[in-house]
Amino acid sequence: MTSATHRATRAPWLYLAPALVVLGGLLVYPIYQLGLISLFRYTQAQVSGGEPTTFQGFGNYSALFSDPEFWQVLLATVLFAAGCVASTLAVGCALAVLLTRVRAVPRLALMLAALGAWATPAVTGSTVWLFLFDPDFGPVNRILGLGDHSWTYGRLSAFFLVLLEVVWCSFPFVMVTVYAGIRAVPAEVLEAAALDGASQWRIWRSVLAPMLRPILTVVTIQSVIWDFKVFTQIYVMTNGGGIAGQNLVLNVYAYQQAFASSQYSLGSAIGVVMLLILLAVTLGYLRLLHRQGEEL
Amino acid sequence: MNLLRRPWRLAAEASAFLIALVVAFPLYWMVLSAFKPAGEIESSEPRPWTLAPSLDSFRRVFGQQDFGRYFVNSLVVACSVVIVSALIAFLAATAVTRFRFRFRTTLLIMFLVAQMVPVEALTIPLFFQMRDFGLLNTLGSLILPHIAFSLPFAIWMLRGFVKAVPEALEEAAYIDGASRARFLWQILFPLVLPGLVATSVFSFISAWNDFLFAKSFIISDTSQSTLPMALLVFYKPDEPDWGGVMAASTVMTIPVLVFFVLVQRRLVSGLGGAVKD
Repeated sequence: MTSATHRATRAPWLYLAPALVVLGGLLVYPIYQLGLISLFRYTQAQVSGGEPTTFQGFGNYSALFSDPEFWQVLLATVLFAAGCVASTLAVGCALAVLLTRVRAVPRLALMLAALGAWATPAVTGSTVWLFLFDPDFGPVNRILGLGDHSWTYGRLSAFFLVLLEVVWCSFPFVMVTVYAGIRAVPAEVLEAAALDGASQWRIWRSVLAPMLRPILTVVTIQSVIWDFKVFTQIYVMTNGGGIAGQNLVLNVYAYQQAFASSQYSLGSAIGVVMLLILLAVTLGYLRLLHRQGEEL
Repeated sequence: MNLLRRPWRLAAEASAFLIALVVAFPLYWMVLSAFKPAGEIESSEPRPWTLAPSLDSFRRVFGQQDFGRYFVNSLVVACSVVIVSALIAFLAATAVTRFRFRFRTTLLIMFLVAQMVPVEALTIPLFFQMRDFGLLNTLGSLILPHIAFSLPFAIWMLRGFVKAVPEALEEAAYIDGASRARFLWQILFPLVLPGLVATSVFSFISAWNDFLFAKSFIISDTSQSTLPMALLVFYKPDEPDWGGVMAASTVMTIPVLVFFVLVQRRLVSGLGGAVKD
């Protein structure tokens, strides 16, 4: 053995066994079941055993796709996620750059504040932000002089309020990761660029951004995944999807279908749609990695 | 790095402080409101301080049946998930970085893809699975899925740390007569511990935050419930008990805050280590 990197034996599979068992049983098998349930008629009657399950083929899907509400929810989900991702990345990157420009004390202050927001559990963050924007007792309306304007009443303003909370609790991950990435860039490179008279924007665009691309890809992908499946914030802050379901996103929609209306197969079909969308994003990401010549 | 001229740096520092204040404000307001006496919380002219701090809201929260128990339940769930997934991920990350074997790349891609699975979409099949295992209404129904969901990311993140340990070290250990198990647990494990800490932050948060599974799988036995559900006892959308909500929120946030502050350095350097790779 010339290298400590071992040739094929049974050992790697022994090391992998626990992970594969857990992932197989609690991730792969549920995905298979999700697909299966989405092809059957599965409601309360079938769950309690009162009626046999019947094969529906793509019946659930055609029911779903012919329902205008589904398309509306899908569109809202994509737009909402896109808004969250773009804002999170913009805020996170801008503050990461800011962190590199200040001395230790302000840096620590911002870092600690961000860690606090990051550490806040989703349910807690949701209720706190609702309280901040409460029409009767919240400070925000007082500061902005908005009287008793209700943020959760209108469709857009409710989505906007949830977006603020989501950005607040997710920008720290982007900020800290990008900051760690910038710190890994040798100082001489930046100094040389500055000596050559490059502007801040130019340094970011031509020096930092290319070196940070792998990190930026990772944080973008993570943000897409997290924001596309936001559940808790929407559920708590808009009380289960907003007035008349105006603030539903796919996740909450699927939950309502399955557990509130006992339409398990319809809920599963929505789950499959989400899965396929995120799979498409993943494949795009893998292609990107491949094109960048990244070795796995 | 002195890239900025003095006035600009001062402006940057002032804005850093200002942004820190804005970012921390929701947490400040949460703790402040938790300590405000009842009359002050529901005032239409909220003050950013309180003259008569009171523990009434906390008394109400802990007076709620089983609140302490929910807290322990949440802690049990989060800690089990952190420990078990860290151990499993460590073994798996070692396998994919220190061995060459068939299907290695395929596995890596699978772990990557697994990270993208919207776990919320799996609530329905997992519900039936937990029912069939007889795990509904037990903490197991929260622990098991979260272990599975935090694994792919944990493996992916730990990979960089395991890779960073020089192979010469492994050869030296074998030459000195160490067994593979001994190398794994007594040499490699302590070396990647900082990475495990950074990874554990993510699994801790996902388990501690869990709302959907607690809501869906703990349906009849509320003694098995966790903090997010306990919090919502006080949050009735029509007439929320804001004092109770803020006190419960404070109690729920503090353990995570403490955990974060403890691992803060490791987290930052850990993310740096994971992304440099």
